[in-house]
Amino acid sequence: MRQKQIKSNDVMLQIFARILILIIITFSIYLLLAGHNNPGGGFIGGLMTASALLIMYLAFDMKTITKAIPINFTTMIGAGLLLAVGTGIVTMLFGYPFLTQFFDYFHLPILGEAELTTALPFDLGVYFVVVGSALTIILTIAEDDK
Amino acid sequence: MTLLHWATISPFLLAIFIPFFYKYLKKIHTGWFVLILPLVLFVYFLSFIPVTSSGDVILRSVPWVPSLGINFALYIDGLSLLFALLITGIGTLVVLYSIYYLSKVKEKLNNFYVYLLMFMGAMLGVVLSDNIIVIYVFWEVTSIASSLLISYWFHREKSTYGAQKSMFITVFGGLSMLGGFSLLYVMTGTFSIREIIANVELVTGSELFLPAMILVLLGAFTKSAQFPFHIWLPDAMEAPTPVSAYLHSATMVKAGIYLVARLTAVFGGSAEWFWIITLAGLTTLMWGSVSAIRQKDLKSILAFSTISQLGLIMSLLGVGSAAYYFNDGDNALYTVAILAAVFHLINHATFKGSLFMTAGIIDHETGTRDIRKLGGLMTIMPVTATISLVGLASMAGLPPFNGFLSKELFFTSMLNATEFGIFSLESFGIILPVLAWIASVFTFAYCLIMFFKTFTGKFKPEELDVDHVHEAPFGMLVSPIILGLLVVVFGLFPNILAYSLIEPAMAAILPGILAPGEVFDVYIHHWHGFVPELFMTIAVVILGTLIFLTMKKWSKSAFYQGERDIFNQVYDGGYDGLVKGAQGITRIQMTGRLRDYFMYMCSFIILVLGYTMYRYDVFSVDTSNLSPIDPYMWVISIIFIGSVVSVPFINNRIGVIIVTGVAGFVVALMFVVFRAPDLALTQLLVETVTVVLFMLVFYHLPKLKKEPVNKRLSVLKLIISVGFGAIMTMVSISAFAMGSGAGFPSISEYFIENAKELAGGYNIVNVILVDFRGLDTMLEILVLGIAALAVVTMIKLRLKGSEDV
Repeated sequence: MRQKQIKSNDVMLQIFARILILIIITFSIYLLLAGHNNPGGGFIGGLMTASALLIMYLAFDMKTITKAIPINFTTMIGAGLLLAVGTGIVTMLFGYPFLTQFFDYFHLPILGEAELTTALPFDLGVYFVVVGSALTIILTIAEDDK
Repeated sequence: MTLLHWATISPFLLAIFIPFFYKYLKKIHTGWFVLILPLVLFVYFLSFIPVTSSGDVILRSVPWVPSLGINFALYIDGLSLLFALLITGIGTLVVLYSIYYLSKVKEKLNNFYVYLLMFMGAMLGVVLSDNIIVIYVFWEVTSIASSLLISYWFHREKSTYGAQKSMFITVFGGLSMLGGFSLLYVMTGTFSIREIIANVELVTGSELFLPAMILVLLGAFTKSAQFPFHIWLPDAMEAPTPVSAYLHSATMVKAGIYLVARLTAVFGGSAEWFWIITLAGLTTLMWGSVSAIRQKDLKSILAFSTISQLGLIMSLLGVGSAAYYFNDGDNALYTVAILAAVFHLINHATFKGSLFMTAGIIDHETGTRDIRKLGGLMTIMPVTATISLVGLASMAGLPPFNGFLSKELFFTSMLNATEFGIFSLESFGIILPVLAWIASVFTFAYCLIMFFKTFTGKFKPEELDVDHVHEAPFGMLVSPIILGLLVVVFGLFPNILAYSLIEPAMAAILPGILAPGEVFDVYIHHWHGFVPELFMTIAVVILGTLIFLTMKKWSKSAFYQGERDIFNQVYDGGYDGLVKGAQGITRIQMTGRLRDYFMYMCSFIILVLGYTMYRYDVFSVDTSNLSPIDPYMWVISIIFIGSVVSVPFINNRIGVIIVTGVAGFVVALMFVVFRAPDLALTQLLVETVTVVLFMLVFYHLPKLKKEPVNKRLSVLKLIISVGFGAIMTMVSISAFAMGSGAGFPSISEYFIENAKELAGGYNIVNVILVDFRGLDTMLEILVLGIAALAVVTMIKLRLKGSEDV
């Protein structure tokens, strides 16, 4: 790895990154939840979250972020896959074919009238896998110093 | 399983136990254990003579693969019994001989006897089976066993060369024969020879008649060393002498004869069968006898002599097949050829077996087989000399030995052939007796050479490696003495064979010719009176002696010096050419460069798609159903095309990444234009992440080097790329034109109508992804996960330095 001669000053980048990340992650979660009725979904949401975290890695160095977000992204892939497969298997327990989806309308506290569907945990699984995979790939390659 | 079946496979069963005898009973020569079996089998088969000579046959069948009509059916008639007796009889004598020939201490006897028994069982299977598939199976086992026996001394290069050569040639023939058998099955619907013969009109009337015949004959000719497939036999002489005596004179090389004799009833009577077999036989006879005269090695002389004698028998079978044209058994004019063939078959087995054994004795006692080094052995080895004299006189066709009788019959049948008046014999028939006569002159000459060069003249002990040359031990002489005695007995009393073996064998070769209850009237006698055959024989003796006496003159010539057969050059050249050619082709196409393979794939796709579209004439354009094009679509398309086309001209990695990125973002823009928001979002994000990834990876790569441009290669690549693009465009345009005309409704209507109702969502794309087609999505995220883990494995877990797996 090349040694940096002069310590660069990234103050602007770091400050903007802090603000931007909040917005991007919020938007990505919005995409995830709104997917069923508006453009969006697990895949897009996941990719957007991944890119937000990438900005963090760009602005700060690897160590700091790893300390701040102590998540093993490889494990995240497994968790996402389990969630997605689990959604399918649960329906089988009730005697329906694999991956049958259900939905219904409920009256939740705060949110009021809302639609809940089993496609949401499935989409969440997709989301986890996408975030985990994208970050695993990029971070593994970036960390590699021959 | 009847007793007959057990008898046929008993050699295989015994072979299993041979290694144990060899290992645990070291004091006794393993051959003694083997000896009992062929002797018992010989006696067992003798017991069938009364059955076959009364015109009966025996058929015993056990199912093997009954669903395919393949049964292990054994069939005993005169022909198969004759062969079975030859195999077991000569087998007994050869095993006895080998006990004294092969040293118990120096040789790996377990291998030898296992191979020999394997061969014996396979040979019995070939001649006794009725089912052609079973024949084929045993046929190939004889090829394998023969190769194993030829390469018995596998550390010698010549042995392995000979074994490989015989294997290639006989297996080539065997596979052709399998093809011929399959065609016979196609024509008749049965694998049983008897049933094929019973339905012979299905074969003769079929257009597959000729292909089947040629394929079967390829098998027979390669096995029986017929011209020009004879080249393997002289090289097979590297085998131990008992093997040469057994396989390459008496049994295996006669398997082809057996096949031709057996199928005469199927193919006989046609001009093709007559001419192919007769001419192949006569050419082989001629070529073999002429080649034998220039050999210097005793076993090579015998090998070429075997080739020529097999040609003789083959040509007789060819001439005899004319009997089917006349379909009349009374007239001895045509059937005498079959009689001569069967008789000479027996005679050849006796005298050639004994000659090989004496050649082996000479080799064993003097250490050489080269006739230039040998000489004057008559007084040192009187018994061997006597047996050789008897065998050679019989082979040369001198009275009172059995060879004389069969040679007279041979001349008779060749002369008869000129009188048939069929198959254009009236114009070309005269070449038959002429060729036969010339070949006999040469046969006589090499017999003289072989005897006088070995046993008379000056004894040259200084040329031999052995110190004290003496007569062979008695045990080694027993087998050749018995065979020599048979030569004399069959010569003096030929008719003891006539009724017991020859007549049933003739009846088996020509079934359906005789009326029921009728038998061939065979009477072989020495004195015919002053007929042309007698004068031909006298001329043979005179001319043959002249050739021998003038040997000093012609032995200087190039003809005598070049002893290798010229067809070996064809074989060796063909073999080398095949290897070199295959290597050359592999070297041309397997370049190891991925770009070449990629070019093959693309060219192949272009050719296949292009040909298919041309062949079915499916290129069509349909503009009636097109949407109007908005101006901004033009703009986007132009940007897209511009970015893609510029990629090959950029000589900078980062530049390439950026331009490709531009193309990707334009695609996202297209998705926007064509109203696919989810796709546009995904494309935008994926493109971003990919560009980041490329940057990361390319950061480590060296700078692009300026490579020298190969003009021709670049043009070729350009053609392939343009062709590939063009063909895909054509396919798309045609598919669209056909799809719009077909009138199939799109299934998207269903999703649009039911997305809200069944899945509770308005975003149809997402509903399809997670609900209607959730399984696809699940597996796609699996792919993504696997890709991520693969990257981790490749980078984190790679081997360091010289670390080994």
